[in-house]
Amino acid sequence: MGDAMILSDLTQIKARELAARKKVVLRVCLAAGCMSSESKGVKERLEQAVAEAGLQEEVEVRGVGCMKLCCEGPLVQADPENALYIKVTAQNAPSIVAALKGGKAEVARTDPDAPFFKRQLGIVLANSGIVDPERIESYIALDGYQALHEVLHEMTPKEVVDAMVASGLRGRGGAGFPTGLKWGTVAKSPGAKKYVICNADEGDPGAFMDRSVLESDPHAVLEGMAIAAYAVGADQGFIYVRAEYPLAIARLQNAIKQAKQLGLLGSGVFESPFNFNIDIRIGAGAFVCGEETALMASVEGKRGTPRPRPPFPAESGLFGCPTLINNVETFANVPAIYRNGAEWFAGIGTEKSKGTKVFALAGKIKNTGLIEVPMGTPLRVIVEEMGGGAPDGGRIKAVQTGGPSGGCIPAQHLDTPVDYESLGKLGSIMGSGGMIVMDESTKMVDVARFFMEFCMDESCGKCIPCRAGTVQMHNLLEKILQRKATVRDLLKLEELCDMVKHTSLCGLGQTAPNPTLSTLRFFRNEYEELLQPDKFGPPGNGGPRESARTP
Amino acid sequence: MAAKTLTIDGKPISAEEGATILQASEEAGAKIPTLCHLDGVYDVGACRLCLVEVTGVPKLLPACTTTVAEGMDVKTDSERLRRYRRMILELLFAERNHVCAVCVSNGHCELQTLAYNHGMDHVRYDYLFPKWGVDNTHPLFGMDHNRCILCTRCVRVCWHIEGAGTKNVSGRGAQARIITDLNIPWGESDSCTRCGKCVQACPTGALSHKGSTVGEMERDRGKLEFIVLAREKKQWVTAD
Amino acid sequence: MLATHSTSQRRRLQAVLEHASGDKRFKILEAHMKKFQFRHDALIEILHKAQELFGYLEDDLLLFISCKLKLPASRVYGVATFYHFFTLKPQGAHTCVVCMGTACYVKGANKVLAAIQEDLKVKPGETTADGQLSLLTARCIGACGIAPAVVYDGTVTPRQTAESALEQVRKWVTP
Repeated sequence: MGDAMILSDLTQIKARELAARKKVVLRVCLAAGCMSSESKGVKERLEQAVAEAGLQEEVEVRGVGCMKLCCEGPLVQADPENALYIKVTAQNAPSIVAALKGGKAEVARTDPDAPFFKRQLGIVLANSGIVDPERIESYIALDGYQALHEVLHEMTPKEVVDAMVASGLRGRGGAGFPTGLKWGTVAKSPGAKKYVICNADEGDPGAFMDRSVLESDPHAVLEGMAIAAYAVGADQGFIYVRAEYPLAIARLQNAIKQAKQLGLLGSGVFESPFNFNIDIRIGAGAFVCGEETALMASVEGKRGTPRPRPPFPAESGLFGCPTLINNVETFANVPAIYRNGAEWFAGIGTEKSKGTKVFALAGKIKNTGLIEVPMGTPLRVIVEEMGGGAPDGGRIKAVQTGGPSGGCIPAQHLDTPVDYESLGKLGSIMGSGGMIVMDESTKMVDVARFFMEFCMDESCGKCIPCRAGTVQMHNLLEKILQRKATVRDLLKLEELCDMVKHTSLCGLGQTAPNPTLSTLRFFRNEYEELLQPDKFGPPGNGGPRESARTP
Repeated sequence: MAAKTLTIDGKPISAEEGATILQASEEAGAKIPTLCHLDGVYDVGACRLCLVEVTGVPKLLPACTTTVAEGMDVKTDSERLRRYRRMILELLFAERNHVCAVCVSNGHCELQTLAYNHGMDHVRYDYLFPKWGVDNTHPLFGMDHNRCILCTRCVRVCWHIEGAGTKNVSGRGAQARIITDLNIPWGESDSCTRCGKCVQACPTGALSHKGSTVGEMERDRGKLEFIVLAREKKQWVTAD
Repeated sequence: MLATHSTSQRRRLQAVLEHASGDKRFKILEAHMKKFQFRHDALIEILHKAQELFGYLEDDLLLFISCKLKLPASRVYGVATFYHFFTLKPQGAHTCVVCMGTACYVKGANKVLAAIQEDLKVKPGETTADGQLSLLTARCIGACGIAPAVVYDGTVTPRQTAESALEQVRKWVTP
């Protein structure tokens, strides 16, 4: 390893990077969504066109992360005129270069001032679509790693924790536990060895925020982890990332390598006594590993089954040591909080939910993609103004948040502000940020069955309520859908929902009934329409015991 | 060691620091139902039958893994707890093929006893009737997967008391099953020491001595605790 | 080293090793284990590598890993079968992974899947009789913005329909 990095090196890199900036920057989205529409070919073609036009000195073609409007990909953005080209192909890409010299671009454009973009507030995604995720210098040019330097040299670990408490940041993985409190507990736990884990096992079907953050701005996550490690006294970090995200893994590996080369990870970071290394652990397809204790079991190379808490990971976690686990988006918030101050962050959002939240907007909606909005933004603004409503003149029926652990919020509640408490009151959860819009053609009982099947398949099988309960609940939902169920079955289903919710070992089982419960609450008529008359009469009046079998 | 005072079902109790609610409740004379718990082996909190209500805690807590705290007010029995426990038992009976009348453990089965105690005279859920099969390849023991409730007692005694690591769980969810080695017939396993601890540990008729017929399979669970205690406290063993 | 493994298993392992002596892949795998100092917590990383090298995790391979890491065979098997990503059966020459995440589902991924199933007479998790194609489903590949998505041989393809999917898979398998 070379000499330790100091602040002046950081400023030098930044100055060099800014000096090398060319007059025009063409940004090509190279996140997984656009990559699947061959944006890599678009980038190559653009580079070729720039060379052919002899514009290498003036134009830079830069591969960047997500530019948010995934449904219109591949996206290309031209600076400084701020033109956003959509559905670019290798064939029509050269005309974008031609347009720089007064020609006409034969590519459709979208309005960068449309509500979809204007209503966004970038903290986590501030660099997404701007920074080159494969070059650490690009991140440093945007003041990257300055927060880490300041924290290491001007703050004690306790001050770092206090600032996190003051910021009011809450965990973005779903439950919304105050991040500062978690950091404080790990910091106070006795132990020479401590760990920091980044939970990048984004398992909710319909959520891709964390993937985008990792693909678009991996260094923000690394810097956030390093600050957290300093605060709690850890020297080893792990990023547990899904195997389904090969591009995110590759970018992370690359980012860690670059940070090590510059001495921003490793021993004696910024000439301080702080040592910190990060290793990647690749998940292998188990939703339950998003649960903290199951995730730790998996990092230890075991079957990813959860265990009862306490002891909490903050006291006895990975390999029995105090462990801090936060998710990707939480860590990505960290550098900005220390760069701009806790008060700045606490000034955004609502009283109890600070900052912004990233959502993956998908389903039956015109504009699908990534959005980051201040906490407290009404759902209606997100879905109707930004999302553009249902496509083809359809009507929005419900919005599903929180994936298999969340619920469906019906259209009449669209004015609900997006924050932890308001969504909780409606029987849903903030979740990690998946937001699936459903229109009139979506059958809610089918949605409930879909999520129950998911939970049934993903149950680890350790505790009985989740393992056997999800099977029975799924069968009952199937029976209702096949129009073979009676009101007795519906009551049985509700009773099971209540039991599984309150007796399961981990969050997966405890929240598995949520989609069913919330659709029962708001769309009960859809269930009742499918029920058959009960030949035994209404339950509870002394009729025969249905399907009674003695063991 | 410091003592903690707490209330269990209205009765004031003092328990050693670090003791579980389950241990403390025994002294209070309160019988909390358990299935995955086995004296002498570490707890996993999986069966959820021992869930209790603790005043001031919104969630139900497993008695086997929750340690006592000063001033704790524990309720081990309530209408709600009994309802949940009965439902858990019904789910188990519906999950695999538990037919007491032809089972080796009839009359000595923990699952059956619990069902009696909870007044489970019928099962409200559809029986799944899976075809799990029987492994009778071992010279001494038999394993009937149809009667397995996946409490993992056998796995835990095999790893932590015997130290052979023969048994484990494969798959997950409803497809989870107990395996020997690389999912080979038990009789072909060479890591198995034939110690029989797993058979002693099994709460149902899933593991049995070969040759036992209906109702004949009785177990001596005290043996396992005896071995563990003897090892920990160096009792009954001498150097020469 | 093989103290925990008695006669028949030891014989079997020896057979595996003899068979493997000419196979470079075992050497690469062992080097990978060495990189992790044969630590138990690296088991999942090792299984990833093994599957990458061999395509699937057959029993002999699991036995090899179990012996080298000094982990009980039941533990290796238990871990390998817990995670969806690992497969213990050989895969087809090509793979088609239909994403069944929520966004893809509400946009008709089930119809895409049903069409392929119908056309090729193969169920998810199975391989066609000619060994050409394995049909798989994924819980969400995070490509919700371009739903419904299908991954053909590792390439994510956006906005699939029953027709476009059949066109692609028929290139590999003749129904």
